[in-house]
Amino acid sequence: MPQLGRMVAQRLALGLLTLFIVSLIIFLCVELLPGNLAEAILGQAATPETVAAFNRELGLDLPPHERYIAWLINIMQGDFGRSLASQREISELLGSRLQNTLFLAAVAAAIAVPLAVSLGILAALYRESIFDRAVNAVTLTSISVPEFFVAYILIIVLSVNLGWFPSISNINDGLSFWEKVYRTALPAFTLTLVCVAHMMRMTRAAIINLLASPYIEMARLKGLRPGRIILKHALPNALAPIINVVVLNLAYLIVGVVLVEVVFVYPGMGQLLVDSVAKRDIPVVQACSLVFAATYILLNLLADVLSIMSNPRLLHPR
Amino acid sequence: MTMPLTGSTFSGHASPWFSRVAVAAVHFFLLILFLQNVTVDFWSAIPGFVFIHAYSAIVLVYWSRLDQTPAGDTVIVTLTLEFVLIAILFWDSFSAWPWSTLFGLALVQICAFAAVRYWSELRQAPYSAWFGLIVILIYIMVAATAPIIAPFGETAIVGAEYDEWSDKHLLGTDNLGRDMFTRLIYGGRNTVGIAFMTTVLAFVLGGLAGLLAAAMRGWMDQVLGRTVDTLMAIPSFIFALLILTIVGTSVPSLIVVIAVLDATKVFRLARAVSMNVVVLEFVEAASLRGEGLWWIIRSEILPNILPPLVAEFGLRFCFVFLFLSGLSFLGLGIQPPTADWGSMVRDNATLITYGDITPLLPAAAIALLTIGVNFVVDWFLHKASGLKD
Repeated sequence: MPQLGRMVAQRLALGLLTLFIVSLIIFLCVELLPGNLAEAILGQAATPETVAAFNRELGLDLPPHERYIAWLINIMQGDFGRSLASQREISELLGSRLQNTLFLAAVAAAIAVPLAVSLGILAALYRESIFDRAVNAVTLTSISVPEFFVAYILIIVLSVNLGWFPSISNINDGLSFWEKVYRTALPAFTLTLVCVAHMMRMTRAAIINLLASPYIEMARLKGLRPGRIILKHALPNALAPIINVVVLNLAYLIVGVVLVEVVFVYPGMGQLLVDSVAKRDIPVVQACSLVFAATYILLNLLADVLSIMSNPRLLHPR
Repeated sequence: MTMPLTGSTFSGHASPWFSRVAVAAVHFFLLILFLQNVTVDFWSAIPGFVFIHAYSAIVLVYWSRLDQTPAGDTVIVTLTLEFVLIAILFWDSFSAWPWSTLFGLALVQICAFAAVRYWSELRQAPYSAWFGLIVILIYIMVAATAPIIAPFGETAIVGAEYDEWSDKHLLGTDNLGRDMFTRLIYGGRNTVGIAFMTTVLAFVLGGLAGLLAAAMRGWMDQVLGRTVDTLMAIPSFIFALLILTIVGTSVPSLIVVIAVLDATKVFRLARAVSMNVVVLEFVEAASLRGEGLWWIIRSEILPNILPPLVAEFGLRFCFVFLFLSGLSFLGLGIQPPTADWGSMVRDNATLITYGDITPLLPAAAIALLTIGVNFVVDWFLHKASGLKD
């Protein structure tokens, strides 16, 4: 176990370093890339005095390294600054929206992960059958189409024609838990369809990979039923890649919400990010990017650590 | 029809009379096409003349090198004449767009030559690959000849808003009263064209960097590798949004931003596969012989890593294509009034809540192309891996 602790600490330190560099990149993007923020916000006709006043107000007249340090320290204290467009505190804007986005991703994951893993196991069990091929074809198709296509198809079928779910998921804190789940159903289904394919194929491949190994053949020769072989003998050893791909897809879920949130007008981080990009509200875009990147890095880290934990061989690399 | 038998024993000789006549006929057809425009648009006709001669020369040379069979020649000539015939029948619209006609013709001939050259492999291709190839071909053809096929101008307002499907407007009109069918055709040209250019740029950047990293190792490998690692730590869609906020959304900045972000993935693959080649004896022999870095990359490594890179090109194209339409769908990609599939879905999304599927057609067009490319890549990978089923 001490080895595991050291490994986790090592990865965590690496993750923190990455996060630090990422924050630097996000900050420097504004510095280095062409394009004048003041001109973009105030318009071409702005006089030099207004531009100077604008720069002073945002602290843009200070040297970059001072600003970066101030920015970083403020963020660590939970202060992301103010939005350029609405003058509101960014942390206030982010708070409830981050919650909503995490809620959506959680609902999607709660549907997608069990579905993908069980479909993968079934496909491995009945491989090369009609079922396997059908699942394969459907999942392959669903990853090669754009997310908004899936979303609108679901709206047309489940909302317009059948009337089962609302096409706009308008949620707020006043709603009960199940009401919220009901309203997030369509965006969650969309995300599920988009990310199930990868997880399911990986599960299937990981299990089928093991089926050729001698100990599985032994189990088969003992006369065990195929279902039992796969669940009791193959699955535990296939767990590492499966966990890895599941967590990586969770990272994708958090990031992939952007398009889906816009389609369903869901009040989450993605919607906020897109609105701010359209308004060129750079402080908000920076804050959103940082939160998204942090989540992404954290989940990637988790995937790493979990796959090491589930496979002791990775702890002692030769 | 009588024609000289040109079996394998004849290959290498000059082409039979009828291919020469065909090339000459096409040459004159193209000349007429550009000549009748000379008074209207003198300066576009001049490069046209130069281009026609170069084109005819290339066709002639390639044709005489092709392993000729009478059947193959018949296929090429028939397809070419078919295109010319269609162009003559609809002369008015074709003659207004000489360059599109020229590209359309070139495309038909390239396909015909490729089909004849690779027939033995194509014959064994599975149905899914055929489906994919045909879909890709139709898309390229439509993109090349967009102004000829489209009944109206790209940005022309030709009717009321949200018109129904009718004879005049095949797929109705959009939120500003522009013809949907026309926008769909032009949108294909813009979206596919920009996605293709982006992918090419990503491959040039990423592939070159990957090859350099593998061939030079040492600090170069470290610097490039760590840079790419850092760039990949930020989710690319979010990163693209961040950069586009700052530099603004114009087509060149879109292409460069997406290409650079995508190049990181190409770099990974190119470096990984060329690492396997760099350690082989023939590369060592070449460097001991005193060959330069560029020569080693170009003639020793590149030919050996081409199959996985070509397959990756298809997959990357799909990814870029979806990425770009996603951005456009958010209103942050290709800007109006340029037609584009992603923004077409967004602009007409209101109709969807009334159960009208017209706004989904561009999305379906995106889906069809990515599925087609995936099928072809599957087949190509299967073939390149040397598996026999």
